[in-house]
Amino acid sequence: MQLHSLAFDVSHTLAGGLVLISFLMLYQDRLYSLLNVFALHALVLALSVAWQAFVQNAPHLYVTAVIALVFKAIIIPVALHRIVQRLGIHRDIESAVGIGPTMLAGMGLVALSMVLMLRVTPEADPLAREDLAFALSVVLLGLLVMVTRRNAVSQVVGFMSLENGLVLAATGAKGMPLVVEISVAFSILIAFIVIGIFLFRIRERFDSVDVSTLDDFRGERR
Amino acid sequence: MTGFSFDPAAAVLWIPAASALLLAALPDYRLTARLNIVASLATFVAALSLFLIDRPLPGAYLLVDDLNIVFIVLNTFVGFTTSIFSAGYIAHELETGRLTPVYLRFYHAMYQTMMFGMNLAFVSNNIGLMWVAVEVATLTTVLMVGIYRTHAALEAAWKYFILGSVGIAFALFGTILVYMAARPVVGEGPDAMVWTVLVGQTAKFDPALLNVAFVFLLLGYGTKVGLAPLHAWLPDAHAEGPTPISAVLSGLLLNVALYALLRFKILLAASPGAIAPGPLMVTMGLISVVFAAFMLYRRRDIKRLFAYSSIEHMGIIVFAFGMGGPLANFAGLLHMVMHSLTKSAIFFAVGHISQIKGTQRIARIRGLTVTHPALGWGLVVGVVAIAGLPPLGIFMSEFLVVSSTFARQPLLALVLVFGILVAFGALILRLTNVAFGEPRGSKAPAEGSYLPMFAHLALVLIAGIYLPGPLVDWFQHVARLLG
Repeated sequence: MQLHSLAFDVSHTLAGGLVLISFLMLYQDRLYSLLNVFALHALVLALSVAWQAFVQNAPHLYVTAVIALVFKAIIIPVALHRIVQRLGIHRDIESAVGIGPTMLAGMGLVALSMVLMLRVTPEADPLAREDLAFALSVVLLGLLVMVTRRNAVSQVVGFMSLENGLVLAATGAKGMPLVVEISVAFSILIAFIVIGIFLFRIRERFDSVDVSTLDDFRGERR
Repeated sequence: MTGFSFDPAAAVLWIPAASALLLAALPDYRLTARLNIVASLATFVAALSLFLIDRPLPGAYLLVDDLNIVFIVLNTFVGFTTSIFSAGYIAHELETGRLTPVYLRFYHAMYQTMMFGMNLAFVSNNIGLMWVAVEVATLTTVLMVGIYRTHAALEAAWKYFILGSVGIAFALFGTILVYMAARPVVGEGPDAMVWTVLVGQTAKFDPALLNVAFVFLLLGYGTKVGLAPLHAWLPDAHAEGPTPISAVLSGLLLNVALYALLRFKILLAASPGAIAPGPLMVTMGLISVVFAAFMLYRRRDIKRLFAYSSIEHMGIIVFAFGMGGPLANFAGLLHMVMHSLTKSAIFFAVGHISQIKGTQRIARIRGLTVTHPALGWGLVVGVVAIAGLPPLGIFMSEFLVVSSTFARQPLLALVLVFGILVAFGALILRLTNVAFGEPRGSKAPAEGSYLPMFAHLALVLIAGIYLPGPLVDWFQHVARLLG
């Protein structure tokens, strides 16, 4: 009983922490600090997954935790840091929507996911259902980061925090097959390669990674 | 059989996978273009042999049943004809310098990887594996759309990538929720993701969880089907990539996502407590039809025009499956096959046209039937077919969709007919501009073969006049499976 409640509290804290860090991401207006916050996001995710591995007695989840730690918390932020540096775009992020409305929208999305998930899963065990509610919040906040930014790098960061939410959901679902976890990690890898190619190509052609400059070249506008 | 045994379900996977590796390694583009055709033909033959052999029992990962055979055969057939068209198309792109040999190597490897991803999505029996396969197919097409590296191509690829990723993220969340719903009943572990295991026991799942899961799956896979209002990536991706890829996107990739949706619809239909998936699909389908029909009028780019027409037709198909029942499902299946064949034929024609004229702008293309009779009339037949005129196949399937709806929901049928008529007007208007009148632009003969285009159109014409009995029986059987 004692252990159960401890397990519950710790995973709760970690998942809640993820939601909080997603909020931090919403109002970062510099690329470097956004990348740092993302690294923190991935670190907390790694801790949370490792804790789930311990609680559920599922050693294969440690693999997912290590991937989250090494790949998402270290390699990707460092690589993006270098890209930002090389492109010389470490100036302010121009966000499409102001910070105030963004934060309000974020709160609304978290409330929405809590209401939705807690209402439809009354019979599931409390650990899983609250984990799922947090995971959905992280997913929606990641989406919000993507839509409020115009810069390609910060959209990518938003996308990766969204994927973090998915990993949180997948590990919270007890006994989900290993196949899927590997594939989740793998798809992130592929996504990153794709993104890398994109960024370099965009750099080659426009000397800018601001997606809004791309908007002018719509085939039909003239 | 002693010793050697041939498993076509595995063959439709390893042939494209192996040839992707081979094509990435070979430098000569003429050779790889031919090998691409050979590999696609081999995959098609393997898919056909699915009809002949005894089906393997559904395993933990692979499944062959009456539903997916239809999709696999259609997929590999259009994949094969598109590879023929592609060989002529890329030769021209190489001459004009839009593509370099290095990119062609990449292009062919990606083509086969995409075929692998799509076939895997069709034969997978595991909802997690299916998700991975759809993701693989999507990522490869993103790379192909951006292959010209122009401003517009990069923008289209980026938009496709971002929207596609959000869609795929929602689909994964939905998949996780289905697993959560299945776990208390089926037990932990891989079994709770195997479709054939799930479908027998859905009635015992928590219906509320299934409902939420389906909403996420509909939004996620619906983005890939190109349903309005989630369609924004589709016209750009079709217009800016190489035309063979537009043909494959419209004809095949949209079907892959649709197939995934249908699998989950069958799951949901087996659960009495869950919401009926039908009305949701009907609504999104109708919105897509009407929206796309009006958008057709404002198009100045010929590939975008037909991309919007794809949104319209996917709307009709999703509408038909949403209505459900044996007749509407039959019509939906038939319409899907006819649309794949016709739309890829149209894109073949458009590919030749844009290469001859050096532009995709409708205003600069005139009088095709005068300067290029075979091509011009091919396009006329294709557009007449896609607009839904008799005696071609799409008329029959649209007629079935509309008449089966009139019998049950006359109001919905009115909206549907309105959308179809509006789209019809736009397509015929543009067709008369492009096909007739004073010729404008280059009169150079087209390179490459018209054979794939005419083969598709002939099939559509035959299907419009006479459908073979065994095919009808098969489709009716599948329609009953779809519930």
